[in-house]
Amino acid sequence: MKVKYFAWVRERIGKTEETIEPPAAVQTVGDLIAWLTQRGDEYAHAFDKPKVIRAAIDHAHVKAEASIAGAREIAFFPPMTGG
Amino acid sequence: MSVPTTIRIQQSDFDTAAEIAALSAGRTDIGAVVTFCGVCRGGETAALTLEHYPDMAEAEIARHADIAIARWPLTGLTIIHRVGRILPGENIVLVVTASAHRQAAFHAAEFLMDYLKANAPFWKHEDTAGGKQWVETHARDDEALTRWDNS
Repeated sequence: MKVKYFAWVRERIGKTEETIEPPAAVQTVGDLIAWLTQRGDEYAHAFDKPKVIRAAIDHAHVKAEASIAGAREIAFFPPMTGG
Repeated sequence: MSVPTTIRIQQSDFDTAAEIAALSAGRTDIGAVVTFCGVCRGGETAALTLEHYPDMAEAEIARHADIAIARWPLTGLTIIHRVGRILPGENIVLVVTASAHRQAAFHAAEFLMDYLKANAPFWKHEDTAGGKQWVETHARDDEALTRWDNS
């Protein structure tokens, strides 16, 4: 699946997007954050306050407990500040 | 009948009067037009740079437009959000709502702004004399949403 990062999540990870293949045990958005966190210091820094991080699956907002099964694109970003 | 709706995300500035004219041209069913224009405030801020998630931003704005159209008897709707670098005094966002009567237009415009601020994937990066930083959310933006739950 494709993962995209925005704003300070993008800056901390140092990537705008990447393609990942998490193991089958990673079933929810929260699981995915935990799995990404152990990939390196930049991820740990980006996700150091996981409750602040917002997520979207295929362009729709989701909660941490949402299943990632079948997701094509998952995005992680800080709370939004548009308008 | 579908409600004429225009949604744009763009780098360039917009002309509020031209957008109202485009929405109302040739029509006699509109009795009220409300506009909200969000402007880049100066003071500490030397410039804003707006980042967005293009596909999702369009989807979220369209979703909220549909909710507003279902909830109020609107006869037209325009939403424009700028991205990129924006200087103090420049426009950031425009919401234009049209209806037969003023109340629906007022309420829908306010609802749309409250929801777009909290749910549309845009992020403001701010240049100040003291450095550059991401703008943080305000608790009042989330509180603003709660009043639409039961009204």
